[in-house]
Amino acid sequence: MHIVLVGNPNTGKSTLFNTLTGQTQKISNLPGTTIEEKTGHFFHKDVKVHVTDLPGTYSLYPNGEDEQITAKFILEHIDNKINTIVFVADAGNLERNLLLYTQISDLGLPVILALNMMDMLESKNLEVDIPQLSLELQTLVVPVNARKGEGLQQLKDTIFKSNQALQNTFFNPVELQNDLIKNAEGSSTPYSKWQRIYSNYKQLKNKLTGPSNEDLYLQTDKLIADETEKRFTKISEIIAKTVKKKVEKRKNPTQRIDSVLLHPVYGFLIFFTTLFIIFQSIFRLAEYPKGWIETCFSVATTFLKSNLPDNVFSQMLCDGILPGLSGVIVFLPQIIILFLILALLEDSGYMTRVSFITDRLMRKFGLNGKSVIPLIGGMACAIPSIMATRNIENKKDRLITILVTPLMSCSARLPVYTLLAGLLFVPENTYGIDMRGLLILGMYLLGFVMALLFAFIFKLILRQKQKSFFVLELPDYRLPKWQNIWMTLKLKTKDFVFNAGKIILIVSVILWFLASHGPEKKFAAIDARYAQYTAPDKDAKVKADQLEASYAGSLGKLIEPTIKPLGYDWKIGIALITSFAAREVFVGTVSTIYSVGSVDDEQLIGATLSKQVNQNTGLKTYTLPVVLSLLVFYAFAMQCISTLAVTYRETKSMKWPIVQFVYMSGFAYLMSLIVYQTLS
Amino acid sequence: MTAAELKKGERATIKEVIYCDLQCKLIEMGCYCGKEISMLYKAPFGDPIAFDIDGYTLGLRREEALKLKVELL
Repeated sequence: MHIVLVGNPNTGKSTLFNTLTGQTQKISNLPGTTIEEKTGHFFHKDVKVHVTDLPGTYSLYPNGEDEQITAKFILEHIDNKINTIVFVADAGNLERNLLLYTQISDLGLPVILALNMMDMLESKNLEVDIPQLSLELQTLVVPVNARKGEGLQQLKDTIFKSNQALQNTFFNPVELQNDLIKNAEGSSTPYSKWQRIYSNYKQLKNKLTGPSNEDLYLQTDKLIADETEKRFTKISEIIAKTVKKKVEKRKNPTQRIDSVLLHPVYGFLIFFTTLFIIFQSIFRLAEYPKGWIETCFSVATTFLKSNLPDNVFSQMLCDGILPGLSGVIVFLPQIIILFLILALLEDSGYMTRVSFITDRLMRKFGLNGKSVIPLIGGMACAIPSIMATRNIENKKDRLITILVTPLMSCSARLPVYTLLAGLLFVPENTYGIDMRGLLILGMYLLGFVMALLFAFIFKLILRQKQKSFFVLELPDYRLPKWQNIWMTLKLKTKDFVFNAGKIILIVSVILWFLASHGPEKKFAAIDARYAQYTAPDKDAKVKADQLEASYAGSLGKLIEPTIKPLGYDWKIGIALITSFAAREVFVGTVSTIYSVGSVDDEQLIGATLSKQVNQNTGLKTYTLPVVLSLLVFYAFAMQCISTLAVTYRETKSMKWPIVQFVYMSGFAYLMSLIVYQTLS
Repeated sequence: MTAAELKKGERATIKEVIYCDLQCKLIEMGCYCGKEISMLYKAPFGDPIAFDIDGYTLGLRREEALKLKVELL
């Protein structure tokens, strides 16, 4: 048996899905789209019932990408597989919810009505006459409270009775007396015929242009508007008979909360406070687990190094796979905290308010109120933030958000900034201000400003097919449900570890190979050179020379001519190359290159770096222009393969990761060049 | 007048949804002819605007609210 959950957004459909299917649910990408299909199952009276949860939509005439999926899924499955559609409706908002219900019912599909959020009726001063509603709609109506799990048993029983239901026809397209629809009469229901004609026509519309097509376009648009109004006329008659409004005129709780949260002054203050808390907790709370994970990995690596036989495999494990794995897992605390806060804000309903108050500003830059959240998240990590753009309906707005999010200074840039800032300023406070902290704050601001700037440039360049709009339901505030949040966290974390993690792992193994292997002749020469050398720094010196001779070292030398104008030598070149696995690798790489014993002691690396002499110029390597040039390079360059992989996954096209890589790295090169050349 | 000109707390009946790309979308969201709406809040700088439609809150950009011809109640 197979049932499908359909309904408007914000009706508690996902909560119902979670409660019904529990641990059995899976998310799989629908082929060819970025939209995920959620499936699961439950057993009732020993029968396995498969459940599919479709993205919420307001009607069968879709606007966004996720709405399109739902309409397409339903139309494709009219004749088969689905035994029952469970239409989930918000009992407090019945009129608008019933629009989609009547459309689906007119397709001739067996559908039962699950009235959710019954508990909210009280605060809205409403009463619903369920038997009367069932009579009017000629279907089975079940009141449920998905959050508390009430009414589920009755719902399951009803699902098995559903094929006895026989709904009446709400709307026959022939009523509109239009030539287009005359052909619609036939064996299946008239409305399903019309839907088929409409979807065929829509495919045609993309291919045809010209005046006759314009005509057809206007005509169908008019038809849909007429259909929707006719449906609402009938629905409002039903509502008049079944929903009683109690006279008491009191602002509902949501409107009372909104009068503060959407206040022109307090609203913004609260928003910025929220931002501040998000930002702080991503850094501060994640610090501890991050430290523990790093310790675990270093202990494990040391243990394995001293207990495993010294061969290629143990080297690959200790110098390639483990550091690579730790590179993924070290970011998990930040990602989990980010997802947790975002899920809390989303589930409570506050997220849509943030979109509401910032839409005006973001629109000026080719973005959308809904772009704010990914941009904020970009300060932690671009990867989950790019995944969070899925709810932006407008394709262009969404694409621009994906393209500019990596310009926000993510947490991986922080170690690099810290190291470089330490080279410019001594730790003591200048005029009572920690100048390093100020510089880093400046880097974050720079990232944000550039993200807006490039959004604006993309807005001018990219062609717009779809009109940007912002018709947004601001759902009622609800206390977040922990089960929902836990599910979201679990699924998204798993997604990150297995998808992004795979790529990070492969890249780190390749990097390990390139940095530890080289032409045998050169390596033999190094061994010979240090054969008699016994000073305690022998290992470090051998390592540094081996790095220079390795394939990675050769690569560094190879790219040296191109990075020389920026003030870098081949050693920095290696660090730039290895940084493409993850930016923070920069710190580890320079410390290996300059043979510093401990990687963790940034003071020590800083001291060594400031002593380095450029082989080409004979001057100090890390002068002010070089450090500034490096800072600018790391702020703008696309050096994160995982982000590119996620961009590919979300846009389903190789074009956009390439665009992202070229514009960001090109801009980084140009800016570093300007900085270095003007200052030196 | 249009819905964009409503002041905070004012109630009005929708008289016409002006033809535009979003006409169908607006009607789907419950903004059909004869429907009662009231203006709840404006975002900073007066855009977007939030309306109460039958107990649910709908946010619309100013340019979208201009498509709703209304009559004050």
